Order: sequence, then structure tokens, then C-alpha cells
Amino acid sequence: MTVPPELHYTAEHEWVRLDGATASVGITDHAQRALGDVVYVSLPTVGATVTAGEPCGEVESTKSVSDIYSPVDGEVTEINEEIDEDPALVNADPYGAGWLFRVALASGGELPAGMLSADDYLELTKEAG
Amino acid sequence: MSDPDAAGPRRTPLTAVHERLGAALTDFAGWLMPLRYTSETAEHNAVRTAAGLFDLSHMGEIAVTGPDAAAALDYALTGDLSGLAPGRARYTLICAPDGGVLDDLIVYRLGDQDFLVVANASNAARVHAELAERAAGRSATVTDQTADYALIALQGPAAAAILGPLTDADLTALRYYAGHPATVDGRNVMLARTGYTGEDGFEIFARPDDAEPLWATLTEAGAGHGLVPAGLAARDTLRLEAGMALYGNELGPDIPPFEAGLGRVVKFTKPGDFVGRDALAQAAEAGPRRVLTGLAGESRRVPRHGYGVLWDGEPCGTVTSGAPSPTLGVPIAMAYLEPEAARQAADAGGGTGRLAVDVRGRAEPARAVPLPFYRRPA
Repeated sequence: MTVPPELHYTAEHEWVRLDGATASVGITDHAQRALGDVVYVSLPTVGATVTAGEPCGEVESTKSVSDIYSPVDGEVTEINEEIDEDPALVNADPYGAGWLFRVALASGGELPAGMLSADDYLELTKEAG
Repeated sequence: MSDPDAAGPRRTPLTAVHERLGAALTDFAGWLMPLRYTSETAEHNAVRTAAGLFDLSHMGEIAVTGPDAAAALDYALTGDLSGLAPGRARYTLICAPDGGVLDDLIVYRLGDQDFLVVANASNAARVHAELAERAAGRSATVTDQTADYALIALQGPAAAAILGPLTDADLTALRYYAGHPATVDGRNVMLARTGYTGEDGFEIFARPDDAEPLWATLTEAGAGHGLVPAGLAARDTLRLEAGMALYGNELGPDIPPFEAGLGRVVKFTKPGDFVGRDALAQAAEAGPRRVLTGLAGESRRVPRHGYGVLWDGEPCGTVTSGAPSPTLGVPIAMAYLEPEAARQAADAGGGTGRLAVDVRGRAEPARAVPLPFYRRPA
């Protein structure tokens, strides 16, 4: 199970890559393994306002459905158009081609307090078994 | 000291194999079972196009033997078991006195006085207890043999080609719903041509000690045929496509068999009383309060167990099982609908535009389709 060290994480199994004032968001390797084969992703719309900790989409797999919680506050600037055609990208490459959406941070570049480092996230997933 | 009550789920004779294969394991009915090995969609597709290997050792096996075994089963179950020829198997039900279903079963007749009843893992203990009670006063012995069996299923169009060279049984003579003693890889088994996938295939009842060697032999023999190990997730989507009921979803203590489309499994013509007979006769006479219907989703969001079904925006039923269908490429579901809605949907060519499923607050269009969703090519 991979947990790239340069990313930030939430307890709801999302990752964030920070580029200046833009955050790219996806779900983690741990999450995609737990879900199984992803068949459909419901993404927020471009221009939508998202709020940290609030659900903003859904990931649907063979056996279950999970909410996607926005890890950050801001406005959605881009969504991954490839995901609609090929939801399996989330399983195959959750940190790369399986990215979900990008947010212009309301804070202008700071992530919310309480986001986890790679080490903290790894600990969390180990505890969960 | 560890807590003896925290023993955790039971291991099957093959759990170590699943661990070595890196399967995602789950507690299913108190057994540690493989949910998937790689991708449940790939495993599902392999069963439809080549073959899959399943560990079903969690299922319950109950032997019913003796001079009155057939009569005891005729009384205990809805089917006509005395009419079953040795070497044949029958899908049947065990009902409560009020006609509700306690489990669905396959009964194998191994001899005149020798039957093997296979029950769902979650109901095995209950079925054993009920059979023992219902056989009381008859010359029949009811024995829980679950611990004495491992069960491996080999399912898919390549199953016969894989198994043929390994068995002394003549597979061309082993018809669907037949089962008899045989050897596989020189080991004694009960070999049955039954399954829960809608494909050709076999269920191999073996000694627990033979389970790992048999799995290894079948894996090796299947390598050139595209055989893969397949877990419970694939098992569920395969049976759903095949329109097969799952106890706890389509079947349960408050659902009479007729509503699940299983009226043919209740044999009122057999001589003698059977448990639930009067209640079932009344239910048959009164007509169904709901009708089991197949649904195909017209959007990508999947109808799931418990979701409401809408006809012209009004509630008309509930989904019992739903999943994305790898073979059909759309979400499929089974649902109990009010008879009038079911009839109107069927009359209206599936009800496109009028039928919908409430998927977590949004009405997703669906159409009614006849079951099964999938039939294997002839």
C-alpha cells in the first residue's frame, strides 16, 4: 500500500497535492483497495464551492458507495474528465491519473489545520487493520 | 492472556491458500472468506469466459440417512425428495409453519437412504436443528457434517475441459443437477454438476485434508484455460446476473416462496403433510402481495438493497439486491414490486420513463426486465 510522502491526507482517505494556491484531490490507495472495482465517480461541478469536511461527490464500486469529502475550502477549478470514461483509473493510479478534482484554495495557499502527514496517515490505516 | 470469546471467524481448509494469494478477506457468516483476489470484475468475467475456482467450504452439509430419510425430508422440506433418483440433486426450500422461508437448499440423493442437504453458511445451524426436530420419531438420522467437508466450485465454460483429465467420472454423462461419488486427482469426492453462477460447472465435495492439494491440482490444470481464483464478490454478481435468489435478500422468513418466483419448488402434489403446507396453500390461493422483478438501471448509479422503487414518482417497491453487471454493462437489480406496478411496467415494455429507483435521494431511471438477466449460450 502506497502513501506518497509529499502529499497530505485526511482521515476520510482523501489525499491533497498542494501547488501554490491550488489543491489537487483524490482518494488514497488504501481507499481504492477497500472499495474494490470503481464503476462510477460523481464529481463536483466546475465552479462549485466546496467546504472542508463536507461531502462533495461519491465513489461507487461493485459492492459499495462512499462519499467524497472535500478536504479543503475553495472553488472547484477543474475535474478529471477521464474518470467518467474510465473509472478504473481510480484503482489503477489513485495518486496520478486517478486524480478527481482541483480546488482554488479560499485560504490562498494554506491547508486546513488537522490534515495528516504521510506518516500520520500510515499510522491511521495500520490501526484500522 | 487472549480472550477466548474473541476467537474470530472460523478458517476453512483453504483460508491459508487465500492468504498466500493475497486475497482481501472478510468475515462472512462467521467464516474468514476471500472477498476478492485481484479485481472482482476480472474474476466475474473470467467465470463467464473461461473458469473460476471458488472456496465454498463455509456452506453447511447435513446428512440425512436411514430407512425413513426420504419421508423425513418430504415432511421437512417443500419439495418431493422421495421422488428424487439416487445420483440426482434438487433445489428446494425449508419453510416455517407460517410459510416463510428459513433457507434455500440443494439436496443430493447419494443413495436410497442417503441424502446430503447443503445449506447457506448463515443458516446451517438452524437448518440442522430444524431437520433433526422434524425427523423426530422417524427412522432417520440427521448429522451435521459441515466440519467433514471442504467444498470447491469450478465454474465456467472451460470447467469440463479442466476437470475432465483429472477425474474418473464421465463428465459427458454427468448431467446438470446430478451428483455422485468420484475421484479427482485420485482423491475420493462427491462430484456434482451444480452451481450458483449460471455457467456450466462443478461442485466438488472433498475431505478437508484433500482441499489444498485439490485446489493446487485444479489451479495447475486450469492455467492453460484462463482459470482464476474467484471470491465472494464475484459470486454475488454472477448469481445476480443469473437471476438466482440470495437468502437474506430475495428470500426470508416473511417472504412466501411464490412471491420470489419459486412456486414450482413447493410440491403440493406430494403425498403427506409437510411443514408450512397449510399456510403455503393459503398464500398460493390469496395471490402474491408483491412480485420479484428484474430492473436494469438507465443511469450509472447503482440500485442497492433497501432502496425504494418508484412508479410515476410514487413508491411501489423495494430493491433486494443490486450491483453493476459486468456482463450487461449496466446496473442491475432485483426488487419486490406491488403486483399492479409490476404488471404495468411489464405491459409498458419495461416502463422506461415511468420506473425509477431512489438512489440516495435522486430518482434514477430504470426499466423492468425479465429474469434472468443472463443465460449462458446454448
